[in-house]
Amino acid sequence: MGVMKRVSTIFRAKANKALDKMEDPRETLDYSYTTQLELLQKVRRGVADVATSRKRLELQLNQVQQQSDKLDRQARDALAAGREDLAREALTRKAASQAQITDLQTQYASLQGEEEKLTAASQRLQAKVDAFRVKKETIKATYTAAEAQTRINEVFTGISEEMSDVGLAIQRAEDKTEQMKARAGAIDELMASGALTDMVSGPSDDIQAELDRLGAGHSVDAELAQMKAELAGGAAPKELAGSSGAADAAPGQSAEQPAAEDAR
Amino acid sequence: MIIRILGEGQLRVDDEAVDELNHLDVALEAAVEKHDEAAFEAALHALLTRARELGTELAADAIEPSDLILPREGATIAEVRELLADGGLVSG
Repeated sequence: MGVMKRVSTIFRAKANKALDKMEDPRETLDYSYTTQLELLQKVRRGVADVATSRKRLELQLNQVQQQSDKLDRQARDALAAGREDLAREALTRKAASQAQITDLQTQYASLQGEEEKLTAASQRLQAKVDAFRVKKETIKATYTAAEAQTRINEVFTGISEEMSDVGLAIQRAEDKTEQMKARAGAIDELMASGALTDMVSGPSDDIQAELDRLGAGHSVDAELAQMKAELAGGAAPKELAGSSGAADAAPGQSAEQPAAEDAR
Repeated sequence: MIIRILGEGQLRVDDEAVDELNHLDVALEAAVEKHDEAAFEAALHALLTRARELGTELAADAIEPSDLILPREGATIAEVRELLADGGLVSG
């Protein structure tokens, strides 16, 4: 017997076992309906849990992305100021946050897929539970206990299979959500303990401080050069000062692009 | 015949078409027995793809037991073994 047949046999056996426990077949219908409603609640809670986990990941993803953008800007500023060592440091930290982003994006996509599947499962179950409610009343009104047995078997086995399927989907989603919560918690902890903060935002403040100092130094140098040129009465240094100003503006503009993409 | 793909829903498939699916199922079963994860993945994907092509979706409000049940897309050998061992099925 192939895999497909064996799995279906096991699902049926499970349903039959539950059926055998009931004295009056019609009692089975009411009992099953109660279980179905409980499962519907459970699958809806599952969808909500997955969505919460997904939103938390989204938040973390945005935070790390902002830090990465900031490091990128700082690297450009550092390079424009002629500090390759500082730019290298910023880019190294940016690479670390990029790796984090890639990982978070993978998790996010996987959780999104789980959410979609569970939402679809919830809708399928809802449609079947509604249909079952109607069938249940028809069977109870139309047939005697003995006559109802065959019809009940069919309907019960069908709905039981659906419930097993949905049950497996919920279990999977729960496992995944737990894993994700643990991961998100670990990242939060890292941020709080300073490991990631040090890697990203903490030292980038150091980078920023050094860049600011360089920026101030640069304007003093420029002003000095300007004064020297004026005293000497030459026009050429003025042009030089103007062109270096344009070079400073260029990295600033390109550094804004990733931030604009992020905003979309 | 009615086929369920776990996690996706049910399909109605012509009896003649089932032969082809059974053939693909043989490869799947062999992979489970040999514990060959790569072969299993390929066999399951082939089986699911063909089942989706051959089948037509059952109405959402139809309540019918399936003749054949397929593992979900992306399932592992361990998962299928658990299914076959009646692992964690919700009873109705």
